[in-house]
Amino acid sequence: MGLAAARLVPAGLLLALALPSALSAAPHRDYCVLGAGPAGLQMAAFLQRAGRDYAVFERASAPGSFFTRYPRHRKLISINKQYTGKANAEFNLRHDWNSLLSHDPQLLFRHYSRAYFPDAGDMVRYLGDFARRLGLHVLYNTTITHVTLDKDPQAWNGHRFVLTDHKGQVYQCSVLLVATGLSVPTLIDFPGSEHVEGYESVSVDPEDFVGQSVLILGRGNSAFETAENIMGVTNFIHMLSRSRVRLSWSTHYVGDVRAINNGLLDTYQLKSLDGLLEADLKDLALVKDSKGKFHVTLKFFLGETNASWSADSVRLPEDDSDNFAMRVGYDRVIRCLGWKFNFSIFDQSLRLSSENEFNKKYPLIKASYESKGSRGLFVLGTASHSVDYRKSAGGFIHGFRYTVRAVHRLLEHRHHGVTWPTTEHPITQLTSSIIRRVNEASGLYQMFSVLADIILLKENATTFEHLEEFPMQMLAQLEPLTGRTAQHGLFVISMEYGKNFSGPGKDVFFYERSVGHTEDAWLSNFLHPVIYYYKQLPTEQEVRFRSPHWPLPRPTAIHHIVEDFLTDWTAPVGHILPLRRFLENCLDTDLRNFYAESCFRFALTRQKLPPFCQQGYLQMQGLAITESLQQHGVESKLLQNYAAATESSSQRTSDRALAPGPRAQSLDSDKEEL
Amino acid sequence: MASSFSVFSIEVFLVILSCVSKSSEDSLPELSPQKYFSTLQPGKASLAYFCQADSPGTSIFLEELKKAIRPLQDYGISVAKVNCIKEEISRYCGKDDLMKAYLFRGNVLLREFPTDALFDVNAIVAHVLFALLFNEVKYITTLEDLQNIENSMKGRANMIFSYVRAIGTPEHRAVMEAAFVYGTTYQFALTTEIALLESIGSENIEREHLYFFHCEIVLDLSQDCRRTLMEQPFTTLNIHVFVRTMKAPLLTEVAEDPQHVTTDHLQLGLPLLFIVSQQATYDADRRTAEWIAWRLLGKAGVLLILRDSLEGNIPQRINVILKRAEQEMEYLVLDDIDSLIFHVENNVKSEQMEEGEDEEMESQDLDTQDDEVAETVYRDRKKQLPLELTVELTEETFDATVMNSDSIVLFYADWHAVSMAFLQSYVNVAVKLKGTSTMLLTRINCADWSNVCSKQNVTAFPAVKMYKEGENPVSYAGMLGTEDLLKFIQLNRISYPVNIASIQEAEKYLSGKLYEDLFTYASVSVLGLFSPAMTTAKEKFLEARNYLKGHVIIGIYSEADVWILSSKYAAPLPALLLARPKEGKIECIPLAGTHVHGIVQIMARAVLEIFPEITVENLPAYLRLQKPLLILFSNGSISHQYRKAILTLVKQKRLDSLTPCWLNLKNTPVGRGVLKSYFGSLPPLPQLLLVNVYSGGQVFAFPSDQSITEYNLVSWLKNLEAGLENPIKNLSAQEWKPPLPAYDFLSMMDAAEPQHPTKKVPTCVKETDKQESEKGEQEPEPTRKEPVQTLRIKYWNRNYWSKEAEKPFRHEKEL
Repeated sequence: MGLAAARLVPAGLLLALALPSALSAAPHRDYCVLGAGPAGLQMAAFLQRAGRDYAVFERASAPGSFFTRYPRHRKLISINKQYTGKANAEFNLRHDWNSLLSHDPQLLFRHYSRAYFPDAGDMVRYLGDFARRLGLHVLYNTTITHVTLDKDPQAWNGHRFVLTDHKGQVYQCSVLLVATGLSVPTLIDFPGSEHVEGYESVSVDPEDFVGQSVLILGRGNSAFETAENIMGVTNFIHMLSRSRVRLSWSTHYVGDVRAINNGLLDTYQLKSLDGLLEADLKDLALVKDSKGKFHVTLKFFLGETNASWSADSVRLPEDDSDNFAMRVGYDRVIRCLGWKFNFSIFDQSLRLSSENEFNKKYPLIKASYESKGSRGLFVLGTASHSVDYRKSAGGFIHGFRYTVRAVHRLLEHRHHGVTWPTTEHPITQLTSSIIRRVNEASGLYQMFSVLADIILLKENATTFEHLEEFPMQMLAQLEPLTGRTAQHGLFVISMEYGKNFSGPGKDVFFYERSVGHTEDAWLSNFLHPVIYYYKQLPTEQEVRFRSPHWPLPRPTAIHHIVEDFLTDWTAPVGHILPLRRFLENCLDTDLRNFYAESCFRFALTRQKLPPFCQQGYLQMQGLAITESLQQHGVESKLLQNYAAATESSSQRTSDRALAPGPRAQSLDSDKEEL
Repeated sequence: MASSFSVFSIEVFLVILSCVSKSSEDSLPELSPQKYFSTLQPGKASLAYFCQADSPGTSIFLEELKKAIRPLQDYGISVAKVNCIKEEISRYCGKDDLMKAYLFRGNVLLREFPTDALFDVNAIVAHVLFALLFNEVKYITTLEDLQNIENSMKGRANMIFSYVRAIGTPEHRAVMEAAFVYGTTYQFALTTEIALLESIGSENIEREHLYFFHCEIVLDLSQDCRRTLMEQPFTTLNIHVFVRTMKAPLLTEVAEDPQHVTTDHLQLGLPLLFIVSQQATYDADRRTAEWIAWRLLGKAGVLLILRDSLEGNIPQRINVILKRAEQEMEYLVLDDIDSLIFHVENNVKSEQMEEGEDEEMESQDLDTQDDEVAETVYRDRKKQLPLELTVELTEETFDATVMNSDSIVLFYADWHAVSMAFLQSYVNVAVKLKGTSTMLLTRINCADWSNVCSKQNVTAFPAVKMYKEGENPVSYAGMLGTEDLLKFIQLNRISYPVNIASIQEAEKYLSGKLYEDLFTYASVSVLGLFSPAMTTAKEKFLEARNYLKGHVIIGIYSEADVWILSSKYAAPLPALLLARPKEGKIECIPLAGTHVHGIVQIMARAVLEIFPEITVENLPAYLRLQKPLLILFSNGSISHQYRKAILTLVKQKRLDSLTPCWLNLKNTPVGRGVLKSYFGSLPPLPQLLLVNVYSGGQVFAFPSDQSITEYNLVSWLKNLEAGLENPIKNLSAQEWKPPLPAYDFLSMMDAAEPQHPTKKVPTCVKETDKQESEKGEQEPEPTRKEPVQTLRIKYWNRNYWSKEAEKPFRHEKEL
C-alpha cells in the first residue's frame, strides 16, 4: 500500500501546478472509497476479494478515527455476545454487532474484547487489524477536500468523480463510495447558545460536575450516556428535548435509548431530583444571571432587548407562572443532539443534499444506496441510514455490513457482468431452503424489513434460484440490478416485527403479547419470518404506492411463520408444515416427502408422481425406510403395513427364511406377553 | 298471484334450497311455437326462449338456461326453448340474431328479456322472480320512497329492505327467493342505489345489506321503525335463517330446566342464552334481558329463567347459561353486557364460518402432519441411535479428517426430516461395517457448520461424499438407504479402474475370481479393452467410469497383447467386455466412436437383467426403458415353468417392446398395495399383468382361467396389440395438487384492517417525511385488546389464487 501512495503523491504535486483540464493525467481508480471507518473498510474488503481496482481515502493516520474519540465515555453499546449455545457462524453473527464480514475467522470481534459492551478502543484496534490483515489499500493522512463531477461519455456512468485532497492532488474515480459517516455535530442556534457545551468537547471527568445542576439538551443515547456518567455527583440533571424519549426496547430500534444508558429514567421516576422535559429547543433562550447560573427562558420573551441578556433584566417564564419547571438556575448546559453528514466537500453538481431544509442529516439516496442525484455515487454505512432510519439497523455496523455487501453485488453486476450469486435447487428443496435461511441468516435478521432473500421460480416451477439479501425496496428493478430473471413468479423472504408492536410509548410487555397458534401467525409481534408470493415481479409504481405500513406491495399471497421464543423456526408442525402448505398452494403442487416404497406404489398405480418421487426416487435416489420408522408410519396411519396383512397365513405355510418374518414374530410374542 | 304462492311452506323452501345447490342437468324441452302455446296453463308461469330452428344447439345462454330449469320448476315456473320454424310465423320470433326470452303467465306476456340480461343462472332466476313478484318487492331509488313504505307499514307489518349492487347478481337472487317465501308476510323493498344505503347510515357500503324493519310494533307514526341488520353473508339460506329468527319472540320466559328447552334458534344453529334471574330482581333482569335480546337479535335466542327452575348445583355467581346445539352448556358470569355479547357473537361467527366450509376441508385439520417422512421422524425423535459409530465432524476437524483417512461424510441438518430418516440408514451401515472397513464413516451437521457444508458445495441435504486420498471427492448418487450405500462403500474399496496387468489376470477378472467378495454387491464387471495407442478412447472410458463408481466393477486392459482377448471374445478394439460370472456369460460391445455419455449408458444398461425381480430399489432403472411392464406378481419365488415360458419368448424377441419382470410379494410387500389398487382386493396369485405406465396408464390382466404358457401368452399379447382386451384399470392421470389448503393470512389481514377510504396514500420514504410519519405513529392506535380471533378464517379455497390474482390491482385503485 505504501507503494501506491508513494506513486500517487509526486503526481499530485505536478498536478497542483497544472491546469484542471489536464485531468486525464490524474491517477484513476475504478472505485474510490471515502473514509476508512467500518463501512469503508467493509467495502474495501469486498473490492479486494473481487480483485477490483480501488483505493480508500482516510484523513486520519489509522482506520476508525471516529472511535478514537467517540463515544466520549468509551463504552460501545453494540452487543458483543460471546456465547449463543450454537456453533453456526452465520447464526452467531446475529448476536455479534461489531464484527465486519470477512473470510478470516480471526477477524471476529470476540477475539478483540470479552466485554458484552466493549470499549471503543477495542474497536479502533479491531479496525486497524482488519485493514492490515486483509491488506486493504487505504491512503491514510489524505483529506479529500473537494469532490466534483467531470462529464465523460466513455466513463462507466457517463462521468467521472474528481477528488481533490488537502495537498491539491487530484484523483479520478469511476465509482465513488462515500463512507464518511456523520461527522458534524448537530448545533442549535438560540439566544444564549454560546453558553452551551457540546458533547464532543465536554469534560468526561465526573469531578468537574460535583455539586452542579446540569441541563442536557437532547434525549438520545449520547445524552443519556453523558448523564449516566455524572449522575452520582450532580445536584440534579434535567434533560430537555423536542419530543418524548424513545426507548429501544419499545421501538425495536437500536438507535433509540438503550436500557444500558437509561439510569436517568430510573432516577426521574423514583423522584431522585433528575427529570425529563419536552419543549421545542428552537423557542428557547438561555440567559446568565449575576451568579453565573443559566436560566431558561423563551426567545419570544427577549424581544428586542438583546443588550446584555442578563437573567436579572430579562423576563423569565417563572415571572408569569411561578411553578415553571425549569425555574432553577443551571451551572452547566450540555448539548447532545447527534451528528449530521458533512456535505461541505461535495460539489453542488453532485446533488447530494436535499433541497429541503427540514432534514439535512443524511444525503439523498435511493433504496439501492445510490445517490439520487449522481449515478455511480453510493453512500455506505451510517450516512446511508436514511433508507431505514428508526426502522432497522442500516446505520450501525451490524446492519450496514450487509447493505455494503448488497451494494458490492450490485456493482459487480453493473460493471463486471457478475450476476448476483444464487444457488439453484429442485423445487423439493424449497421448504428446507427457506427454513435454513430463516434460522441462520444474519443479514435478514439484522436488516429486517430492508434486506430480503428472493426465491426466483424457474419455468414450470420445477427448480428455483435462491438469491440472498437483496434490498427489498428495489424489488421492481430486481432483473436489471442482479442480472437474474423473474419471469415465473417469486417469493420474498423477510423478517418483520408485528405491525402495531413497536413504537415509543407502546407497551411491549402487554399480557398475551406472544402468539403461539399457527393460524394466528400473522398476528405475531416479535421478529418473525414473513414470506410474500408474487406471480409477477411488482412494478415500480406498485412498490411506491404500496399500503402504508407494508414493506412491499400487496402480494398474491402471504405467509407468516409464527414468532418463536427461541428464534428457532424448525418445529415440524408449528413452523415447517404451515410453510409447506403455503408453498404448495402458491405453486399448486404437492411438496410432501415420500419414502421409496410409497413412490414405488405411485409409480405403478398412477401416471404422475409427486415432485419428491420424480426428483428423488425416479433418479434412483429414493429414500429408504428403516424398521422403526416404518412402525411409526403404520401407527400414524400415514403408512400401511403391507407385509403384516397376510403375514400370519403365509407364516404357517411357507419358508420363514424368505419372508421378513422376524419382525412379525416379535410383534406376536409381544402380544402374548401382554 | 300472491295467494297461489303462499301454499309454499318453509319445508318446501328448504327442499328448494337443497335442489338449488346441485347443478341439475335437466333437458330443455324444445317445442315449436304452436306446440308451446298449447302447453301454457292458466295461472302458471312459463319462461320461453325463442330462437331460430337452425341456430346452434349450444350457447352459453342455453347452458345457463338449462341450469335454471330445476330452480324455476321449484317455484312452479316451466322453461322451454321454442324453435321458430318457417311454417309457423310467431311474433315472438324476431330477426336472426335478436332472440329474446319471454315470461308468460297463462298466455299473457308479462315481460320480455334480452338474453344478455340473463347472463347466468342467478340472473335468470332473479329476473323471473322479480317480474313475478312485482307487487311483493318494491323497487325503490330514493330515501323518500323508503320512508313512504316504512310509514305505511307502521303498526301493520314488518318490512325487509335490502340493497344489492346490481340486478341479476347471486345476492339479488337470494333476496328474490326469500321474497318468494316471505312476500306475503313482510313487505319487501329493494334498491341498487348506494346513495340510499348511505343515507340511512350504513357502514361498509361496498357490500350488500339486508335490514329487517320492525314496523309492526311501532304505533306512533313519528317514531322510526327499529332496524336489524343481517350480518351473515348474503345467501338464500342465511336470509331464511335471519328472517326466521326475526319472527321468533324477542324474549321468552321459561320455567323448565335449560337442558330441555329448545327453540327455533337451536334448530337454525344459533345459540340460546339463558339469563338467570331471581324473584327479587325479576323486573330489572327482564329489562336487561330485553336489552340483550335486541342486541343479539338474529344471532342468538334470549330466554329469561328463574333460578328455582334450575336443576343441579349451579354456583350462585352464575347468571348466564349459553346453550348450543350438540354442545356442552356453558355457564358464565355476566359482569358487563358488552363482553357477554362479544362472547356470544364470536361463538356464532366461528360456527357459521365452519358451516360454510367445503365439507371435505372441514374434516381435515391443517395442523395435522400429512408428510410421512416428517411424521415418522418426529415420532422417532426420542430413539437413541448408536451415533458413536460414526465420527461427528466440526469446522475444526473436517479438513484434517478427510485428508488423513479415506472417509465417507454425511452432510445433514438435524431439523431436516429426510436427513434424519437417512441418518438411521447411515448408522445401520456403520453397524454393518463395524470393524471390517477401512473407510471412516463420518457426519457433519450443516445446521451447525453451514460454512463447511457450503465450502464442500453441499447446498441440499442430505448429501454423501466419499473422500479418498489423492482423488477428487465423489458424490454418492444412489438410493438413500442402507443397502445401496453399503454397496457403494464396498465397491469403492478398490480403486477404479482396476488395471489388469496380464492375460491371466484378465481371465481371472472376467470369471469373477479376482474380486470374489465384491460379487455379492455387483453382478456385472466391465473390462475395457484398448490397444496401448488408443489414448482418446481410453480417456473417454476413464471419464465414464467417474459416473459409475460404486455401481459396477470396472477394469481396463491396455497391454500390447490385448489382441489375444480381442480375438478370443470377437471384440474389435476398442471394446467393452461385460462379464456376469454368476451366469457364466461374457458379452462384447464395440466402443469405436462412442461418446462418454454413450459409454455410461452402455454400462448402466449392462446392469439390467432380462427378466429381473422388480424391487423398490430397482424399479426406477427399469422404468427408464420407458416400456410397458409385464409383471408377474407372485407370493414367493416363481415356478421354473413361468420363468422358462417368459425367457423363451424373450429369446424369440417377442417381448422386445416390453419389460418382462416379476415381483415377489415377500420381498416387496408393497406389491400388495399395488394389486389392491388394481383389483380392489388381493387377487389369486400368481398374477400376470401388463402395466402401461407411460402411455395411457392402462393395466391389463392375463386371464386367470388360463395357465401361463408360451402359447397363451403370445395370443394374449396379440389380442392386446389388436385392442381386443379390456383394461382392468386405468391409472389415474391426476396431477399432484396441494393436499390441503393453507392459512389465508392475506384475507385475515384484510379483514382486520378496516378499509378507511381516507388512508394516507404514498409513503415513499422521503427523509423529509420522517418526523411527520413518526408523529403519525404516535396517534392513538386502535386498542389492541380484541384478540381478533373472530377473523380466523380457517381455510382458503383452492381456486382462491386465480380469483385473487386481479385483486391487488383493484385494491390499489381503491386506495
